Amino acid sequence: MPHEISVRITGEAGQGTQTIGDALAKIFSGAGYHLFAYQDFMSRIRGGNNYFEIRVSTKPVKSPRHRPDLIICLDKASVDIHKKELAVDGLLVVDKAKFALDQLEGFMHDVPFNETALRVANDALYSNSIACGFIAGIAGIDFSFVTRALQDVFGRKSDDVVTNNINSARAGFELGMENPHRETFLLPQPDKDGAAAASGLIDGSTAIATGAIKAGCKFYSAYPMSPSTNIMNIIAGRANEFNIVVEQAEDEIAAINMAIGASFAGSRAMASTSGGGFCLMAEGISLAGMTETPVVIVDAQRPGPATGLPTRTEQADLDFIISAGHGEFSRVVYAPGSAEQAYYLTVRAFNIADKYQIPVVVLTDQYLQDSMVDVRGFDPDKVAPEYFNISKEESAKVSGYKRYALTDSGVSPRAIPSWIQDVIYADSDEHTEEGHITEDAATRKQMVQKRLHKKMHGLLAEIEKPTAVNIDNAEVVLLGFGSTLGILQEVTQALWNKKVGFVHLSQVWPFPSNDMLKLLSDARMIISIENNAQGQLAKLLRRETGIKVSKSILKYDGRPFCLDCVIEIVKPEI
Amino acid sequence: MDTNDLKSLDSIAWCPGCGNFGILTSLKRALVKFGRQPKDLLLVSGIGQAAKMPHYIKANCFNGLHGRALPVAAGAKMANKNLTVIVTTGDGDCYGEGGNHFIHNIRRNLDITLIVCDNQVYGLTKGQASPTTDKGVVTKVQPGGVAVEHLSPLALALAAGAGFVARGFSQETEHLAGLILAGINYKGFALIDVLQPCVTFNKKNTYEWYSERVYKLDKSYKPTDLSAAFQKSLEWGDRIPIGILYSK
Repeated sequence: MPHEISVRITGEAGQGTQTIGDALAKIFSGAGYHLFAYQDFMSRIRGGNNYFEIRVSTKPVKSPRHRPDLIICLDKASVDIHKKELAVDGLLVVDKAKFALDQLEGFMHDVPFNETALRVANDALYSNSIACGFIAGIAGIDFSFVTRALQDVFGRKSDDVVTNNINSARAGFELGMENPHRETFLLPQPDKDGAAAASGLIDGSTAIATGAIKAGCKFYSAYPMSPSTNIMNIIAGRANEFNIVVEQAEDEIAAINMAIGASFAGSRAMASTSGGGFCLMAEGISLAGMTETPVVIVDAQRPGPATGLPTRTEQADLDFIISAGHGEFSRVVYAPGSAEQAYYLTVRAFNIADKYQIPVVVLTDQYLQDSMVDVRGFDPDKVAPEYFNISKEESAKVSGYKRYALTDSGVSPRAIPSWIQDVIYADSDEHTEEGHITEDAATRKQMVQKRLHKKMHGLLAEIEKPTAVNIDNAEVVLLGFGSTLGILQEVTQALWNKKVGFVHLSQVWPFPSNDMLKLLSDARMIISIENNAQGQLAKLLRRETGIKVSKSILKYDGRPFCLDCVIEIVKPEI
Repeated sequence: MDTNDLKSLDSIAWCPGCGNFGILTSLKRALVKFGRQPKDLLLVSGIGQAAKMPHYIKANCFNGLHGRALPVAAGAKMANKNLTVIVTTGDGDCYGEGGNHFIHNIRRNLDITLIVCDNQVYGLTKGQASPTTDKGVVTKVQPGGVAVEHLSPLALALAAGAGFVARGFSQETEHLAGLILAGINYKGFALIDVLQPCVTFNKKNTYEWYSERVYKLDKSYKPTDLSAAFQKSLEWGDRIPIGILYSK
């Protein structure tokens, strides 16, 4: 009996792989299993080939495997595309009649999805729920979890739809139960205490959206762009409940400038986009730096240059994001490694932006945005919004206000227009303490020091500590940032006895140089693992600390790393 | 409240005789009549000579990027509805660099007053053609004369669905103050395009040139008629109408 299985459901865009995926994730998490699920989809609405892959285990899982144990094909084209990737002893499930296959190869198994759907629910559409039921049946899940998940997924539709889905799933479930290969896929019972502690499922987009809401974001503007769009969908869906203005901008330039305007006028504001949109926002980032206006920007990376691969993943914006925007000013760039970190760091991004009156970027990518995991012991109230502007009550006492008053910390008290009796001047030109345009050399120098040196001094004391695991006496230290945290954790776990450890950065700017020097100066061998073609983190590490990595494992085909592949590359280095 | 209550301590950096002085005077007069305290006013601008105007008035000011005044103003208005938001911009800033924001903020129809100081030339960058420069005008960059058609901003605004469209002339300060006040009082997006001589770089569209051509729309003109407004918005050349062309 394996302690984990990986299942892939594949078909054309529009066939509902995502809906089945959502239902499956709910079934397995409801039953108390750990899971990691992600999507691979093409930049099209119909046709092509998409898949949803879910890895289910009795132990925590945080990354995809190389070869799925079970592949469910929803269309004939999927068979040839995916059969090469099936695990040894795996099963590729086809609908022999529907696909008009003459004979099946040894690893193929026929499930008459179409015919069963027509018989049970009089509609071939219900094939998806039959597939769901089949997977639950073959893995040995109690059917009550299937019922509950389908009610959850289809609950908003009519009773008939819910009943038909459940009946179809039951028919599929029975086919799964009767399957002769069932022993290969049957999962052991999950740990009961662990199941009770399960907090639910979360993906990167939901984590960032709920983090923003938690942080008190009241203004959100964006131009739709994959893979960042889901953040906008989620916040827009909850905007009324939380009194948030959500504005679809005419372009990304408008999005960032609107967010800056809203922030200046007193609202916590965020804009999100992907690399190409961030390029358009670059001057706005510089404006936030110059006018000292707090703003949070999400860059959900996808492979570039230019339009690149719109629905796929990469970590190649690192160099760009830490320096985007002309001129010199302070900024912070967080790079969360998991959905949980994404939630906490989004809240922190708002607090730090407010405290230092700077732009703060949350750097994520398609892989993290679209990956779903179960979370346990997740406490959304561990973090809270912290406000640093002059409050409404304090505003009554303000007089002789200067927006850019020089202080030791570089941070001037930030008043909100109309709250104080004085007027406020903010300027993108170099300016005096009062906010009026100046070309005075001495003032210029003081203002650069304020925005850059003094604020950076404060920010250096607030750096997020890198995560370091098993690095004492390690033969090999793996190094990564952002979405590869799960891979680093699982590879380290797998090679623990072979003295493999890892260091992961969830903040890439200001760079945690002191921490890195402490953690890595004595490392025997450092291998950076990055979803880009240059080893941008390795280069940054060398620039900031002088530390050189021995090797970089780089992946830039638009796909995320998988656990087995990284283990295979790391092993010979030990 | 009088204009002294709106006096800024900043010194003015425009050329002597600049058409912007008349617009500044008119804006201050309109704000005095409007009567809200400086703390409740927000003037937003981009970059250009007109964009310096908020510094010369005692009111909240956000002087942002070239072309990007409108999105900042829109964000501020959505975030803080209590603010009376006015944008001062120029023909290059608003119709060139910020053209997309001009169209979409008309559609957005927030309660914002947009004053475009339209001198038909780029002043701060020293005399290149702007979107409203007349065809054929010779500049350093267009030595053979401007080859492209000049934009009709009022017609464009009407086509995009603007509810309040007016044109003023910076020399007619009392008339212009009335237009600005009407724009501020209009509940929605209001455009006031202001003919403004650039005494340094625009040798064609001078005070004399405008004075000979502008005429005030009289009571016989009905600003509620969109078709008539379209016709008026395209009237340019020997006679140029000023006043409220359209008010929904």
